Amino acid sequence: MHEYSIVQSLVDSVTAAVGSRQASVHEVHVAIGEMAGVDCGLLTTAYEVFRAGTLCEHAALTIDRIPARWHCPRCHMTIAAGAFLRCAGCNEPAQLASGDEIVLQRIELEVA
Amino acid sequence: MCTDNRSDDVSVVPIELQTRILARNDGTAAHNREHLRGRGIFTINLMGSPGSGKTAVLEATAHAFHGGAKLAAIAGDLATENDAMRLVRAGIRSRAIKTGQACHLDAEMVHHELHHLDLNGVEYLFIENVGNLVCPAVYDLGQDVNAVALSVTEGEDKPLKYPTMFAKADVVLLTKTDLLPHLHVDLTVIYQALARVMPDPVVIPLASQQPGGVEGWIEWLKQRRGVLQAAS
Repeated sequence: MHEYSIVQSLVDSVTAAVGSRQASVHEVHVAIGEMAGVDCGLLTTAYEVFRAGTLCEHAALTIDRIPARWHCPRCHMTIAAGAFLRCAGCNEPAQLASGDEIVLQRIELEVA
Repeated sequence: MCTDNRSDDVSVVPIELQTRILARNDGTAAHNREHLRGRGIFTINLMGSPGSGKTAVLEATAHAFHGGAKLAAIAGDLATENDAMRLVRAGIRSRAIKTGQACHLDAEMVHHELHHLDLNGVEYLFIENVGNLVCPAVYDLGQDVNAVALSVTEGEDKPLKYPTMFAKADVVLLTKTDLLPHLHVDLTVIYQALARVMPDPVVIPLASQQPGGVEGWIEWLKQRRGVLQAAS
């Protein structure tokens, strides 16, 4: 279950972003693509366990799940996930336009 | 920057980041890749289920390269060094990574082992990942290509069950094809499943236990290394 190691990297990223600010972290927003190989339920569980004693201890985690979106790189026609990943018109191999994100989008800090 | 006043004395301040969570791993992977390419080494991240035949493919690859003097390997395993020892016996200089409970290799583990591996004269480095079709797909190690071993005994719809792994594969090694006469397996179904998860599937049928059973793979390796050499 690699979600624990992703949460460790997430907390490290948040800690680096907070830097020397005198603030507590209120919320953490991440984007996880459908094709990223990350299970959002396991990521949430791992976050609940791992955040204890870190800057994220009292921070809610919000996950934006990004659907897989394939398209033709030539004509940009959408190719449905689960279909043959080749454009019926151009015969070009499909490209993944979105859906492989493992991204820390933003954090919200409580500043006194 | 907007602020959201929650009480008289506390404000919530958003900070936009849009950074990859695995940026540190990616940085180490880029360092590995630069180091290996600088030495003219073509690096393959070999993934697949436990028992898909990854180690057997590498043993046959060493035989095809007449002893493996040009080959090196890093073999990841949860609890043993057995795979690395098999590769050493096949003539490939190899290092083992025992990951404990970790289900994948990451770039830092590979970087550490590279410092203990004699790469003089090496043209191909194989990183045999932990047997797993989920977690290894997430981590860049510094490889040039991803290869996924899929044995014909695993089920025709395996690619549909693990789309992320196969979508990231540059080549699929269809292993144990010498067992086909004993199985009720339709290769067409496997190829169709791959075409639903890989935009441009490259599939090489292998029979690692048979003489000449990995020739297509050897040709592919030489061709892809040649392309990389020409580009650098």
